Amino acid sequence: MAEPILELCGISSHYGPIRALHDVSLTIRHGEIVALIGANGAGKSTLLMTLFGNPRASEGQVWFAGEAITHLPTHHIAPLGMALVPEGRRIFPGMTVLENMDLGRISAGPRVGRDPLEGLYELFPILKERSHQKAGTLSGGEQQMLAIARALMSQPRLLLLDEPSLGLAPLMIRKIFSLIQTIVQSGTTVFLVEQNASQALQIANRGYVLVNGRIRLEGSGQALLHDPEVRQAYLGRQV
Amino acid sequence: MEPSILAQQAVNGLILGATYGLIAIGYTMVYGIIGMINFAHGEIYMVSAYLTAIFLAVLHFFGITSIPVVLIVVLVATLCITALHGWFVERIAYRPLRDSNRLAPLITAIGLSLILQNYVRLSQGARSQGVPTLLTGSFVIPAGSGVIQITHVQALIIVVAIASMAVLTFIMHRTSLGRACRATEQDRVMASLLGINTDYIISVVFVIGAAMAAIAGVLVSLNYGSFDFHIGFITGIKAFTAAVLGGIGSLPGAMLGGLILGLSESFFSGFVNTDYKDVFAFALLVLVLIFRPSGLLGQPLVTKV
Repeated sequence: MAEPILELCGISSHYGPIRALHDVSLTIRHGEIVALIGANGAGKSTLLMTLFGNPRASEGQVWFAGEAITHLPTHHIAPLGMALVPEGRRIFPGMTVLENMDLGRISAGPRVGRDPLEGLYELFPILKERSHQKAGTLSGGEQQMLAIARALMSQPRLLLLDEPSLGLAPLMIRKIFSLIQTIVQSGTTVFLVEQNASQALQIANRGYVLVNGRIRLEGSGQALLHDPEVRQAYLGRQV
Repeated sequence: MEPSILAQQAVNGLILGATYGLIAIGYTMVYGIIGMINFAHGEIYMVSAYLTAIFLAVLHFFGITSIPVVLIVVLVATLCITALHGWFVERIAYRPLRDSNRLAPLITAIGLSLILQNYVRLSQGARSQGVPTLLTGSFVIPAGSGVIQITHVQALIIVVAIASMAVLTFIMHRTSLGRACRATEQDRVMASLLGINTDYIISVVFVIGAAMAAIAGVLVSLNYGSFDFHIGFITGIKAFTAAVLGGIGSLPGAMLGGLILGLSESFFSGFVNTDYKDVFAFALLVLVLIFRPSGLLGQPLVTKV
């Protein structure tokens, strides 16, 4: 079995007085696609943001590639090789597509050998076409691609995706999920957080189900797809 | 109306406006990045006027009289020490209160502006200070039946103001530091997720704002020759008005707002009444805000959910 790249051990996290995560433990190994599914408000986005120390975990430890990162400042996390495509994409609308991509490069530092820009333009030809356009003028799907491309500019070891399919047309969703598989084939580990459980579990090696801030179930993607509880709660099918 | 008088007032207005614009940049950049007004910014400008006088005296003491050398040394030295004051304001009045109530840093900044005023008053004396006239002479351009007169200091103001705004625009749009500043301005959390040290960027913005105010301070001191420890307040309010007029948060807006304010003050005092020129300037601000609440070049504020 491959080495773990990310480990969460007993993480709890608060938003003000509200406890959003309770004793969450999970492991992601090199080269995997791991899905985290859960309903709105289950704490999925909080979990991703906690990895970056915003909010900071109130209990527990986060390990990334063998290093404890629980107490690092937010801006120290990305240079370690972790990149987040956050909820709502959070591209910089007033800046051009190219400027957005360049910002993704900041955390790469001297680790990067070859400029990833050309490779990413091959993967996302639309971004090359629009490279001098303001990012705010792109369509939702294009913005999502930009957010993913920006994250990949740092050539991360672990890519975290927060609901990349949210608000997109079915065709675009299929495109994004097939892109995720391409990204994993190129050697990047992917942690995929989704409400779109069926699509996510189909491409995932393993998955976790988060309910009210606790890990409720875990297993292989296929096992979870056929789990009666998951089918009823997240796939809208009667058992 | 005599065209040469009109042109002369326009020149005077442009020069006044250029200095307002330089100071307004500090207000607009700080507002852009932390969403708050730096109430100590006017005092930063005042400090730079005193530093100008101090460095001129030091150079005179060492017998350095070559005017270009004096100008460059005074400008660079004042800019560096004033920028340090800007950094200090952020560290003392803003950073410790980053996550607190929005009113708290407003109060600490006002407190710090009082400290700066009194520290200058105690160390430099309460009386008005002067700097010697460095540049004499002027360009005389014939216009119609009269002439337009532009002193060498005024010409210097225009050249330096345009050059510094060009350099700033270049930094903000063509360097990775500028990109990081704009990214932090648009979405601070996302910028930190990408690995940008946003605390450092906020410091940089305060430093840049103070440096621009320092350039204005040097130029205005050379032009008017005298100042006291109170000048930060009214000039600060004027520059703040310029920033709001142009659209606070917008860099070209600050420059445009400064020019409009300078021109309208100059025309009003030249053709209507000198005593009421401030009333006219602020009335203009009220009018612009009624019809364009986000200023001339400002983006309407979109509340993020």
